[in-house]
Amino acid sequence: MEKKKENGMSVKTRRVVAYVVLVLITILCLFWFYVLFINATRSNSELKRGFTMIPSKYLGQNLHNIFHSSNLPILTGLFNSFFIAACTAALCTYFSTMTAFAIHAYDFKLKKPMFTFILAVMMIPTQVTALGFLNLIRSMKLIDNFIPLIVPSVASPIVFFYMKQSMEATLPMELLESARIDGAGEFRIFNTIALPLMKPAIAVQAIFAFVTSWNNYFTPALVLKSDNKKTLPILIATLRSADFLKFDMGQVYMFIAMSILPVIVVYLFLGKNIVGGMTAGAVKG
Amino acid sequence: MKTTGKNVVRYNRWGYYFLIPFVLVYVIFQLIPLVSTIYNSFFEHYFKNGLTEVGPNFVGLANYASLFSGGDLLKYFGNTMIMWIIGFIPQIIVSLLLAAWFSDPSLRLKGTPFFQTVIYMPNLIMASAFSMLFFALFSDIGPINSMLQNMGIIHETYKFFSHTGSARALVGFMNFVMWFGNTTILLLAGMLGIDTSLYEAAEVDDATATQIFWKITLPILKPILIYVMITSLIGGLQMFDVPQILTNGEGTPSRTTMTLIMFLNKHLYSKNYGMGGALSVMLFIITGILSLIIFRFNTSDKYK
Repeated sequence: MEKKKENGMSVKTRRVVAYVVLVLITILCLFWFYVLFINATRSNSELKRGFTMIPSKYLGQNLHNIFHSSNLPILTGLFNSFFIAACTAALCTYFSTMTAFAIHAYDFKLKKPMFTFILAVMMIPTQVTALGFLNLIRSMKLIDNFIPLIVPSVASPIVFFYMKQSMEATLPMELLESARIDGAGEFRIFNTIALPLMKPAIAVQAIFAFVTSWNNYFTPALVLKSDNKKTLPILIATLRSADFLKFDMGQVYMFIAMSILPVIVVYLFLGKNIVGGMTAGAVKG
Repeated sequence: MKTTGKNVVRYNRWGYYFLIPFVLVYVIFQLIPLVSTIYNSFFEHYFKNGLTEVGPNFVGLANYASLFSGGDLLKYFGNTMIMWIIGFIPQIIVSLLLAAWFSDPSLRLKGTPFFQTVIYMPNLIMASAFSMLFFALFSDIGPINSMLQNMGIIHETYKFFSHTGSARALVGFMNFVMWFGNTTILLLAGMLGIDTSLYEAAEVDDATATQIFWKITLPILKPILIYVMITSLIGGLQMFDVPQILTNGEGTPSRTTMTLIMFLNKHLYSKNYGMGGALSVMLFIITGILSLIIFRFNTSDKYK
C-alpha cells in the first residue's frame, strides 16, 4: 500500500502523457479520412477557394456526377473489384483450410517436407514472379481475364499458416476419429466437421483476403487492359495520370471515398475481431 | 491390430488428396513463373521502340552486368531504402511506446480496444486510394497548402512533389501511418507474453518504468523486434503503390522516389523480359536471404 502511494504521482502523470499521445495518434490516423469525407461533400469551386473543416451540401451532387461520368466507369469498377475480391476470399479460405487440414489431420511421408516447403516460400513476393506469370497467362490467353487474379489465391501460404495455427487449438483429433467410426468419408469429415469448427478463423481470414484483393493494384494493372474490366485501384491510377488540375475535385474526392468506404464500414463492424485475430496468430510465426 | 494399421494407411492417403489443389495451383501460378523468370534473365529479349522484337538470344549474365553497371539499380535500391528508413524509425519508436502502454497493467488505460482499432485502420485502406488522397491534399492547390498559408507558416505555395526531401518524406510518412498499427499489434502480442512475475520482481526492487522497459521488456522482445524489422524490410523492398500513384510512375523529382518495384513495373510494361528477369532474380535473392534469417530465428527460438 505504502509503495503504491509513493509511485502514485508518477503513474498518474504517465497516464496523462499516455492519453495525450494516444489522442494525438488517433487524430493522426483519422484526420485524412475526415478531410476526405468533408471534401467529398464540397463542390469544385468551393474546393478551389480553400479548405474548411465544415461539410458542405454537394454530397448528392458529387455522387450523381461520379455515377454518371463517362470517363470514369466507377460502377463497373466497384462491381469488378467486388467480384474478384469475393471470389478470392472464398477460394482462398476454403482451400487454405483444406491444405491446413491435410497437414494437421494426416500422417504421410511428405507431411514434414511439404510443411517446411510452404513455410519457406511464404515470404516470396508476388512481384518477383510477375514476369513469368505474365508470360504464362499470355500464352494461356488469359490476359484481360479475371481468372489469373482469382485462381492463384487457392495457394496462399500465409493464410494456410494461420489456418494451421488455429486448427491446432480448435480441432481435436478425437472428433475426427469418432466421425470415422460413424463411417463418414474423409471429404465429408472435412466439410461437415472441420470447416464449421474453423468458422471464426475463416471469417477473419476471409476479411483479410477480401481487403487484400480489393486493394491490390500491381498485378491487376498488368493483367486487365480493357476499360470495362478495370478494378478501382487501376481507375484511381488513371485518375492520377489524367490532367489533375482540370478535374472536378469534388468528384475526385468522392471517387476516393467510394473506393475506401466499403472497407471502413466492414472494419467498423468487425474491427475488434480483426485486431483480435491478428494478435492471436501474430507472434507464433 | 492389423486392420487398424491398414485403416490408418488408407485414410492417411487423404493427406495427399487434400494437398492436390494447393500443389497444383502453386506449381502452375508460382513455380513455373518463377522458373521462367529466372530463365528469361539469361536472355536478351526486348522490343525495340516497342515494336521490333529483339531476341531471345542467350547472353549469360550480361543482363545482370548491365543492371549493375548502369547505376540505376543501386540508385533505386538506395531510394527504396531511404524511404523505408524514413517510415520505419518513427514506426518502431511509436509502436514500442504504444505497445508498452497497452500492456502495462499499472497504467490501466481505458478504451484500449478503441485505440487499437483506430491505429490498425490505415493498414486496411487501399494504398492507391490513400496515395491519391495524399496527392490531392498536398497538391499545389490542395488543402494542406491552403491551411499552412492561412496559419502563416508559409507565404507561397510549397510544391511538395517537386523537392526530393519532401517527396521522399511524404512516402515515408505514409508508410509510417499505414504500418505502425500493425507493428504495435505484433509487439503488443509479444509483450503480453512476458512472464508478469518478472515485472513484479522489478517493482519490488523499486525499478522505474523506464528501467523496466530497457532492462526487461526490450531484451525479451529482441527476437520479435528482429522479426518485425526484417518483415518490414521485406515489405519495404516491395514498396510500389504509394510512390507509383504519388508520382504517376515517374519517381519525380528526377527519379529520386523511384523504387525497385516501380523499375520492375516499367520493364514489365515495355516487355523488356531480359532486364526484368534479372531484376526479379536480384529481388528474389535479397528476399530469400532475409527470409532465411527469420526462419533461423524462429526455429532456434522454438528449441530454447
